[in-house]
Amino acid sequence: MSVLVFIEIAKGKVKKASLEAASYATKVASQLGTQAVGLAVGQIDAAELAQVGVSKVLHVIDSKLEGYDPQLLAKAVVEAANANGSKVIIFSHDTTGKGVAPRVAARLKAGLVAGAIDYPSTDGKFTIKKAVFSGKAFANVTINTDVKVITLTPNSVGLTGEVGSAAVEAFAPAVDASKLNIENVVKAVSADEIPLPEAELVVSAGRGMKGPENWGMIEDLAHALGAATACSRPVADIGWRPHHEHVGQTGVTVRPNLYIAIGISGAIQHLAGVNGSKVMVVINKDPEAPFFKAADYGIVGDAFEIIPRLTEAVKKLKANQN
Amino acid sequence: MKILVCISKVPDTTTKISFDESKTKLNTPNVQWIVNPSDEWYALVRALELQEANAGSTVTLITVGGADAEPVIRKALAIGGDSAVRVDVEPTDSFQVADAIASYAKDQGFDLILTGKETIDGNSSVTGAMVAELLDLPYITLANKLEIEGNGVKVERESEYGDQIIKASFPLVVSAAKGMADARIPNMRGIMAARSKPVTVVASTSAALTSVESYSLPPEKGAVKMIAAENAEELITLLHTEAKVI
Repeated sequence: MSVLVFIEIAKGKVKKASLEAASYATKVASQLGTQAVGLAVGQIDAAELAQVGVSKVLHVIDSKLEGYDPQLLAKAVVEAANANGSKVIIFSHDTTGKGVAPRVAARLKAGLVAGAIDYPSTDGKFTIKKAVFSGKAFANVTINTDVKVITLTPNSVGLTGEVGSAAVEAFAPAVDASKLNIENVVKAVSADEIPLPEAELVVSAGRGMKGPENWGMIEDLAHALGAATACSRPVADIGWRPHHEHVGQTGVTVRPNLYIAIGISGAIQHLAGVNGSKVMVVINKDPEAPFFKAADYGIVGDAFEIIPRLTEAVKKLKANQN
Repeated sequence: MKILVCISKVPDTTTKISFDESKTKLNTPNVQWIVNPSDEWYALVRALELQEANAGSTVTLITVGGADAEPVIRKALAIGGDSAVRVDVEPTDSFQVADAIASYAKDQGFDLILTGKETIDGNSSVTGAMVAELLDLPYITLANKLEIEGNGVKVERESEYGDQIIKASFPLVVSAAKGMADARIPNMRGIMAARSKPVTVVASTSAALTSVESYSLPPEKGAVKMIAAENAEELITLLHTEAKVI
């Protein structure tokens, strides 16, 4: 028996969401009195893989898997699960996990809980908590099959911070040719840019910013905090910001420790994407903005005047910390 | 080209969520049921745009649910589509939905099966991938753009890690996310036409693999702490010392 966790590699590094999944898998394995095994796909230093915290890492390097085609990855995961007697298979609830985990579950006729936000209870029933109704409620879901599949919502359980020393073994699953022709358009992103779904801190802005040319101060505040930037739907729809920054019901769901909403009124569709945030700050010139009702901290005032002052205050705080 | 669009019945976005005493069932008397937003806005509307641009194409809608799903499938048909299928089972998890859809679709020869990116009730985002696996088809997750190219599709996917351009031949399954299509509002003619469109009811033997033990509501939020604009810097201090998030 074992717990298997899928480890995604992007640009030669283990993705933060996968580190969380590995950390989660280790805890689940100890709950079950067994070991966690990682399945890592892609080019990376073995020394780096050894540190993810599981007992053993199966390392797959196969050019046919470079595009991360879920159909092929699912077969590789199932092969690894069978070889290691895995009874629990864990993924991050991100684009890759959403593509691969359900395929693995369907292939094995294994029950799946997608978007877990806590560890399973394993005494008797195997039950896991997840957010439902767009964050307006939670469900405790029991998996009734022998093999169980879980996708873990990023930034839900955090990292243990432990540095592991796993044995890294080469693993060569049978891989067919992909039916997808995948071309990666690599973006020129600066190294300190934080991907939104992984971010612990998010600075988000809406139509109150009046135009895309005013986003500099949003980026400055995000940069000072070490936060990712996000936006409301209208802002993405009119093209001020890219679609992947749109948080809300029809966009991305985030669950950061801190969500700062600037010039966003707080429509229920927007709240659906952010209501899992641990602390919410709302800055709006309209004291009647519905978002204030959902906020922990609020400031009524002119963002153009307030934001640069907040950025300075953050810089001062960081300078004092160093 | 034969397109199948998967439609889910969900409580309207503005619904106040509450549960019965057993904490296992949603209180439904005051719930307004709608077509799941991304099934409608992204998947269905894009299917209609493709149908309009490709003469001879058909768009079939499918939903998995009891007779009470019928008004919702008519709402979707008012926006468009030639016909609909209702798989007559009250599903309790995503696998049951996917298995029901796959069981129907397996010998129907669909070229393209579209789902929305996720439902706003279960928030799992997994049905499309399960359908794909059960039918042994390729699957493209969270597509932002979809064009027909030759005997297949060209899909664009945006992400914070980099964009992807993915080409694949029919048949395949695609989940549709933001950017796919513009919203369409059903007009009176569409609503009238929807009444007479055929809705076929098929039986199902699909079963769920998970069960909901209980639902719970998030704890009540405490009152918002307001900070005067002239003391805006105080916010950063509070986030550091009180909320401890920075």
